[in-house]
Amino acid sequence: MNRRVFGLPLTWGKLLVHLGLAAIVIVWTVPTLGLFVSSLRDKDQLITSGWWTALTASEQTAAGRLLGRDAEATDDGRYVLRGDVLEAEGRSIVAFGLDQTDLRAHAPGDTVDLGGLAFTLNEDGTYVATSDTPIPEDYRERVFYVEAIPPTFTLANYREVLASEGIDRAFINTFTVTIPATVIPILIAAFAAYAFAWMKFPGRQLFFAIVVGLLVVPLQMSLIPLLRMYNDIGAAFGVPSKTYLGIWLAHTAFGLPLAVYLLRNYIGGLPRDIIESAQLDGASHFDVFTRLVLPLSIPALASFAIFQFLWVWNDLLVALVFLGKGEDQIVLTSKLREMLGSRGDNWEILTSSAFVSILVPLMVFFALQRYFVRGLLAGSVKGG
Amino acid sequence: MIEQVLSALLAVVAAIGASVTYFYGSNWLLDRLVADRRAPDGTYVSRQRARDAVRPWLFLAPALLVLGVYLVYPVVETLRLSFFGSNGDTFVGAANWTWAVQNEGVRTAVRNNVLWLLVVPSLSTVFGLLVATLADRVAWGNVAKSLVFMPMAISFVGASVIWKFVYDYRGAGSEQIGILNAVVVALGGEPQAWITVEPWNNFLLMVILVWIQTGFAMVILSAALRGVPEETIEAARIDGASDVAVFFRIIIPQIFSTILVVWTTITIVVLKIFDIVAAMTNGQWGTEVLANAMYNWMFRGGGHFGRGSVIALMIMIAVIPIMAYNIRRFREEEARR
Repeated sequence: MNRRVFGLPLTWGKLLVHLGLAAIVIVWTVPTLGLFVSSLRDKDQLITSGWWTALTASEQTAAGRLLGRDAEATDDGRYVLRGDVLEAEGRSIVAFGLDQTDLRAHAPGDTVDLGGLAFTLNEDGTYVATSDTPIPEDYRERVFYVEAIPPTFTLANYREVLASEGIDRAFINTFTVTIPATVIPILIAAFAAYAFAWMKFPGRQLFFAIVVGLLVVPLQMSLIPLLRMYNDIGAAFGVPSKTYLGIWLAHTAFGLPLAVYLLRNYIGGLPRDIIESAQLDGASHFDVFTRLVLPLSIPALASFAIFQFLWVWNDLLVALVFLGKGEDQIVLTSKLREMLGSRGDNWEILTSSAFVSILVPLMVFFALQRYFVRGLLAGSVKGG
Repeated sequence: MIEQVLSALLAVVAAIGASVTYFYGSNWLLDRLVADRRAPDGTYVSRQRARDAVRPWLFLAPALLVLGVYLVYPVVETLRLSFFGSNGDTFVGAANWTWAVQNEGVRTAVRNNVLWLLVVPSLSTVFGLLVATLADRVAWGNVAKSLVFMPMAISFVGASVIWKFVYDYRGAGSEQIGILNAVVVALGGEPQAWITVEPWNNFLLMVILVWIQTGFAMVILSAALRGVPEETIEAARIDGASDVAVFFRIIIPQIFSTILVVWTTITIVVLKIFDIVAAMTNGQWGTEVLANAMYNWMFRGGGHFGRGSVIALMIMIAVIPIMAYNIRRFREEEARR
């Protein structure tokens, strides 16, 4: 099997594997790459050329005007009109023409007749138009040209969304929702998981079977009753019905079945000996749990924490139902969805906002991928 | 803003404090109230058994309370509300159910949900299996897996922005900035406003979820593939089986239960799909799905809780077989312990 392909130590089959995998990886990464590159581009370029051209100079058509009153006389008795059509630094002339329909008639440096003047447009945008007779005051001619714009990258879009689109506030709001909604369920679930794993009580099987059942209950089932309940509580006590406390508890509940399930499997898998020998030494279940089981369960707690963090950070539905849409409560996902509707064509705003919203999950994901994978495996291979 | 950050931090501290106080406090109280003691005749009375009977419930109480209020009660309440009118006060019998059967929007949503169920779990599983298999054969496999896995971290809304940009449409003649239309134009086709083209727009929305879920399928299946005993593969090779035959006849049967798990897990995600449709089209152009219809009925015209409840129950009914299967499997596993 040591045949070589293109002189490389490859078999055709192996080459196919490389190419196939590369194709999939490209399809899977290009959309995100496009978003990221676009968010860094100048907003005018972003809407006139594809992001994949971002590294090449883009071309743009424009027009300049020559005015007779700017003319001057020179020593050798000729009359000259000088100027520069390009305003921005770094741009250059690709071609020019005297007629809008034929922009690429002449190359930079060519001398052509423009309304009786000998006109030359240089690559750097400067021009000279000369004449042997005085140039009349009311002389005005237009010249059309194609300019090359060098690739430019800018953080202006980010500055804009953070400063004036309210993304900074939404970012803080998302954190406000996410951190407590990740921490609260962990403690509650850990105690319950220990009880399910190591304590004896009537109905243990039944209650855990219910937890397994609740794992798949769609949260849509909870929305209407909870919305009514929150509204009633709000009306009864004269408090707002959309509060951070409300969404923390909702997220706690929705994450709890998975947390109890994952942790119970993990804690139940700890060696029986250590737990029983600690109990023989007179430790109560409470001591065993806090001194022994909790420290040993850190990896499982971390796995669940990552799950819950990503789930809460990325959630849209729960936030739409339980939080207001004012700037003091709107979260990133909700804000993005709103922008997709109202600013659908402002891609410089959408791309940079979206990237702000996915930045934190991506960082968490790449830093803690190992725990995340472990949690996924524990959550679905063993159970369902 | 600083105030809000502080109040969030305070909430974290308060939440942890309250939990710790509850668990420590209740256990301390239990140990004090039901302490061992000396009987009047001087014998030592252990009340260990009494404490052991109570303590599990102290551990479980917060979890059971939250699950009861936020998940169990709402299931019953939603069932009740499905027989009531828009504000949940007047009994209307089966009116909401007959409405759901006849309503055009709900029908479209059901049709689309079925399409999603057919397409997304199967494509995600197939791509996941493909990547898992290929990545094990090349040196850069781990990088490839990491990149395919990455969309799992991106929110459905973020993914919608990413793909809406892929599908972006500019009028024919002007430069396309969406990569899909750019490819179409480069191949000599006409650019399209993709997300408005029925019924294909549904599939373009499904692509987004496949893009996200493939990483999940890949991770789980990749672990399962590593669990396939090398000897079974070797034995088949010695008998002259081709790579393809080994894959389909030896490997697939051995990881079939894992494939089922992946399939059902993605199925549940698909049944509840909301964010992608809400962000991309909000159900326009024939892309409605049940969860989005339900959300809209919760708030449309002040909200119709009866109709919303019926749609939620339709999703629930679809989940019940999976739920029953999970519970049965759990009981079997317990019996074996």
